[in-house]
Amino acid sequence: MPDSQGSITASPRPRGTVPDVPASDATIIGGASAPPAAAPTTAPARLPVLTPNDYASDQDVRWCPGCGDYSILAQMKKVLATLGIPREKLVFVSGIGCSSRFPYYLNTYGFHSIHGRAPAIATGLKVTRPDLMVWVITGDGDGLSIGGNHLMHCIRRNLDINIVLFNNRIYGLTKGQYSPTSPLGKITKSTPMGVIDNPLHPLCLAIGCEATFVARSIDTNIKHLTMVLQRAAEHRGTSFVEVYQNCNVFNDGAFDYATNRETKSDATLELEHGKPLVFGKNRNKGIRLNGMTPEVVELGKGITEDDLLFHDEKAPEPTLAYLLSRMTYPEFPEPIGVFRAVDRPKYDESMNAQIAEARSKGEGDLDKLFHAGDTWVVS
Amino acid sequence: MATTTAVEKRVIELESATVRFAGDSGDGMQLAGNQMANTSALVGNDIATFPDFPAEIRAPRGTLAGVSGFQLRFASREIYTPGDQVEALVAMNPAALATNLPDLMPGGILIVNKDEFDAKGLKQAGYASNPLEDGSLKAYRVFPVEMTKLTRLAVEECGLGTKESDRCRNFFAMGLVFWLYDRPLEPTLRFIESRFGKRAPAVAEANRRALLAGYHYGETTEAFDAHYRVAPAKLPPGTYRNIMGNEALAIGLITAARRSGKDLFLGSYPITPASDILHELSRHKNFGVRTFQAEDEIAAITAAIGASFGGAMGVTTSSGPGIALKQEAMGLAVMTELPLLIINVQRGGPSTGLPTKTEQADLWQALFGRNGECPIPVLAAASPADCFDVVQEAWRIAVRYMTPVIVLSDGYIANGSEPWRIPDAKNLPPIEVKHPGPLENGGPFMPYQRDERLARPWALPGTPGLMHRIGGLEKQDVTGNVSYDPENHQHMVQTRAAKVAGIAQDIPLQQVQGPEQGKLLVVSWGGTYGSCATAVRNVQALGGSVAHCHLRYLNPFPRNLGEILSRYEQILVPELNLGQLCFVLRGRFLVPAQGLNKVKGKPFTVAEITSKIQEMLHA
Repeated sequence: MPDSQGSITASPRPRGTVPDVPASDATIIGGASAPPAAAPTTAPARLPVLTPNDYASDQDVRWCPGCGDYSILAQMKKVLATLGIPREKLVFVSGIGCSSRFPYYLNTYGFHSIHGRAPAIATGLKVTRPDLMVWVITGDGDGLSIGGNHLMHCIRRNLDINIVLFNNRIYGLTKGQYSPTSPLGKITKSTPMGVIDNPLHPLCLAIGCEATFVARSIDTNIKHLTMVLQRAAEHRGTSFVEVYQNCNVFNDGAFDYATNRETKSDATLELEHGKPLVFGKNRNKGIRLNGMTPEVVELGKGITEDDLLFHDEKAPEPTLAYLLSRMTYPEFPEPIGVFRAVDRPKYDESMNAQIAEARSKGEGDLDKLFHAGDTWVVS
Repeated sequence: MATTTAVEKRVIELESATVRFAGDSGDGMQLAGNQMANTSALVGNDIATFPDFPAEIRAPRGTLAGVSGFQLRFASREIYTPGDQVEALVAMNPAALATNLPDLMPGGILIVNKDEFDAKGLKQAGYASNPLEDGSLKAYRVFPVEMTKLTRLAVEECGLGTKESDRCRNFFAMGLVFWLYDRPLEPTLRFIESRFGKRAPAVAEANRRALLAGYHYGETTEAFDAHYRVAPAKLPPGTYRNIMGNEALAIGLITAARRSGKDLFLGSYPITPASDILHELSRHKNFGVRTFQAEDEIAAITAAIGASFGGAMGVTTSSGPGIALKQEAMGLAVMTELPLLIINVQRGGPSTGLPTKTEQADLWQALFGRNGECPIPVLAAASPADCFDVVQEAWRIAVRYMTPVIVLSDGYIANGSEPWRIPDAKNLPPIEVKHPGPLENGGPFMPYQRDERLARPWALPGTPGLMHRIGGLEKQDVTGNVSYDPENHQHMVQTRAAKVAGIAQDIPLQQVQGPEQGKLLVVSWGGTYGSCATAVRNVQALGGSVAHCHLRYLNPFPRNLGEILSRYEQILVPELNLGQLCFVLRGRFLVPAQGLNKVKGKPFTVAEITSKIQEMLHA
């Protein structure tokens, strides 16, 4: 939509501290533990209304036809258009892999970096430029294999960025080797007799690192994916989102159980804060805790919703979220939605608070620095 | 010796003195050496220091592996090295004696802590008999001192345990050496107060008493009949301080940030001998310095790249093994053409190698260490104080040419110190940095549109209208779009090479010390500057036809270097590696350069270079 066709007043919502914009005016859907919305203290800027198409770059999208990445890109553009953040304040950082081409297709700032290192690049960027909203786009190989170390440390530091991990359980760009999330026994180009390394569950890792925001969605579940990306965008701290993404060339149908009309209601469970864990086509099944062990039960026959496990995304301890992240099909339905959304100090804010504190005690003076300690004069 | 009992002892004037403290790595020898270095600088001497310590923090007590040493030379004239031979050695135990005696000159002063020369200590050091009694030290002036006993006596009223009392022995040794070389005690007394005064008053008092006891011991005992004085040096006028290489480097980075109006971001992972830069920078947050102790070396450099992308001054510091891990990311910085400083404080390699020892064997890594055609400017610091200037020059090049720049230091200059003439901050010129402004309703932004130096614009996220994508894939020139076009790739590879080569037009012409042509040119780079400069001057003083060319710029070379090399019959390239610069000079300029090479984890002695020069002049 051309800029001239209309504009609304909107308060830009960059994250972090910006000199000229009041922070923390985000509206949190689902009401996690974000700070309360504050009234802007300055006149809101007039921003052009942008549509999803305004976020498309002029580059041809080169994913294989039918790839799940297209849907994620489309939902991302939709979400960006709702955030009220100018395009120039958005940066997408990625590593290597099919998913990591993502930044090229968005008309924002972008950095397609090297394999696995996007969270580290984002760290240097975000701590020096807290006025920017930074997204990291990664995949199961990029984020969990070669870049596992950076992912882990970024999450535990709670850097205020959003990480979206496209999980297709295969290496696509290198044409079909198994990935850290490929199931045991999977026959791939590099495992002709089947995978023998135990797969990693991305959300288990994130929760183990005490991620403050953990969510899962599915490429073809458009509404749900949009909701999850929106929630991730609004969370302060590291938002970690796993998206089940179909690679129709090298691992087609990997998530068929979760997307197929026939099975998806029984194979997935949509998490809602404060609601019991109910699932099934007829919503007649639920998850109950038996001691520390979850079990699938059928509602009725003396079992009511009150007997089920209730979801609490704000639980301070990550134990419940971890338990949910361990549930895998076919033993259990696989939960989708927001597993955990809690508040904890953000790395970039803490670092900049130290800078501000040091500066408040006296801005650095080169002459003082040069003359520190004992000096003597030669005349 | 010891023929007079007069209280007023003779004072002998010296032009320079070389002293080494050696003891267990827990004996506080580095502290003793640093105190004496600072004190000597404060009285106006020129100084040069050489700390030498083991990689283990606390190797088993009394063993040869655990010996830590600190060598200091102070002089009444300008000096460039900490000295080849030690004139006075303090050995706190038999192991320190065994490992350091070979460096003590015949007739030199040898002060030993006699109390440690018991059966166990001698055995650990591999002595079959006690060298203090078997006549094997006849060539030296030996002063056996009961340091342990005397220190315990001096501090007995301070209420410390035996172990704590013994930790004051380094102050006793310092006191004695301070008397011997007529050094004032006040700076060390001030140091004791600031380090221990509030935190541990009893320890402060004990250290004071031990220091004074050592000083008075020298003054009153009959063993020493004379002491020495080294007059102040005639350095260029100005205000000075003593500075270590890593400290100068950190201060230089902060200065470069200020000169360019940038906030400094350091991504670093702890590694010997570079960690002190991280420590120093983390203390200066009031300059807007953000230090990020990363999860690994790769995160350290990539975070710095992210910071540079955002418009900060991105810097990463490490040593050889860490630099090896950063190479892929250095390639990314070349491809994305972002300014970045990569600082390598070299140590002995390969692999983990000799973490606390010096070497110059990472030159090839700096020049050639990456995949693809990946040119990066390389500069090297010549001395501790020079680190201050080199990093600022490196940042000037980085922003002017939009390129990562490698700065090579080494363990020797990182931990060594020398007087630094303090500049006046207001006289430091700004480093010009340009960022394109917003593009309103204009055409698409061209992130790889180059200026006359072939540098692309440094467009910052947040700027309206300049949205663009960069990355490691080959870019189409001008537009910055991904391009697999063969012609474009050839063009871009050549453009990146031409851009870096063009820096030669922007750096000073190479200077030569000595005759403009003649029999022999010594070419050096990095931390060997002092030994080479001194050796060349010594030979020149004897009438030898030799000149010295010390390179700060290793890529690109100064544009007159080839012409300089062609004017001499012979070229000698002393290096603490197996001939890396020599190889490059031979390949690049087709000159018959020959190497003088040493890889022992130690700097060259002046004698080693002098004798090679003489040999070549008389061949």
